[in-house]
Amino acid sequence: MKLLQTTIHEIETADELQKIINENENVMVCCGRMGPMCIPVYDEMEELQEERENVKFYSMAFDNPEASIVRNAPECQGFMGLPFTMYYKNGKVAKATSSIQNREQITSVLDEHFGN
Amino acid sequence: MEEKYDLMIIGAGAAGLTAGIYASRAKLKTVILNEGVVGGQMVLTEEVANYPGVETTKGYMLANTMKKQAKSFGCKIKSNIKIKEYSLENKLKKVTLEDGRKFTANAVILTPGGRPRSLNIPGEDQFKGRGISYCATCDGDFFTDKEVIVVGGGNSALEEAVALTNFATKVSIVHQFDHFQAFEHAVKEAKENPKIDFIMESELRSFEGNGNLEKVTIEHIPSKNITDRKIDGIFIFIGYLPNTESIKGRVPMNERNEIIVDGDMKTGIEGVFAAGDSIAKRYRQVTTAVADGTIAALSASEYLRN
Repeated sequence: MKLLQTTIHEIETADELQKIINENENVMVCCGRMGPMCIPVYDEMEELQEERENVKFYSMAFDNPEASIVRNAPECQGFMGLPFTMYYKNGKVAKATSSIQNREQITSVLDEHFGN
Repeated sequence: MEEKYDLMIIGAGAAGLTAGIYASRAKLKTVILNEGVVGGQMVLTEEVANYPGVETTKGYMLANTMKKQAKSFGCKIKSNIKIKEYSLENKLKKVTLEDGRKFTANAVILTPGGRPRSLNIPGEDQFKGRGISYCATCDGDFFTDKEVIVVGGGNSALEEAVALTNFATKVSIVHQFDHFQAFEHAVKEAKENPKIDFIMESELRSFEGNGNLEKVTIEHIPSKNITDRKIDGIFIFIGYLPNTESIKGRVPMNERNEIIVDGDMKTGIEGVFAAGDSIAKRYRQVTTAVADGTIAALSASEYLRN
């Protein structure tokens, strides 16, 4: 069941996430709620998915039990702020961030790990 | 390439979207140029319970409805842009974006809004999301059975401190003054909560930790006495700053960099109006921003007709 009201495709299962990161070179997944720290990140992703064809953008509901694959990821240990944002390169976590990120912060990660 | 409009609105918070609704409905060719998130501070409000005529709703939902309303009347919204240059003095107003696009209009409404003020002390960026938060509703459950500090003395600080007692074992409010700016009911509720204590006339000086936040340094301002305190989390609610840096010197502002307007939201520069959290005023609410935006749009419409 989808829980997030955004235009970004919402991943609903851990298997679906695994399939996506296996089949795509560059993937950004924002795992959050419909809250004030998460919505600005979704908004930036909505814009960026029109600009960056080399990256696939997805959301995942933090309260979805299947999102434990993100919540319990080693890269998210110590995270204490929503959203948890994951950047996957060739199926592996290239970067993970916690809490709100602005456009410059997101694009700097995209540039560094995925290229322009 | 130059896009021509009757009216340009800078900013898409409550004031800007409202101005967009009124101006577009008045058949003015209107564009909103927005550097931040559509909805502005409204989006950062978890719950809006006092917007007349609307039952308790989420800030982002109210913002989304306003955005849809503005678009339904034909208002164009250009979001996530970066403005490079303003030209507001001449009759024809011009805005140039960093990507080279140019927009012109015969009138401009400035609604750049504000942003949460940060402490700007060592470690703040490093521990964001690793112990430092700006939203109790979002991150409160990460601090279940832990001790946290709330920084600030306004309504947000005291209300969020009370909300955090649902998770934390203890909430300490650190405030720079010996009294609070919050409404009396918010102060009373915080003071009556047994999990909350108060560290008055004090400011944080630094954050420390290994990976996650572990310790803060607090200075008692009158005595200059510095103490370290172990802590699991910090929530910062110390007000807002107007987003007026880029238009400084182009419109009259006060010493706090807030735009000075008259009752019709005129800035004193012909054809330039302003509204919302960036103008000099006492109360900053969604309702006051909406009212300002309405007046600015009606004034701009009258200016353009004449």
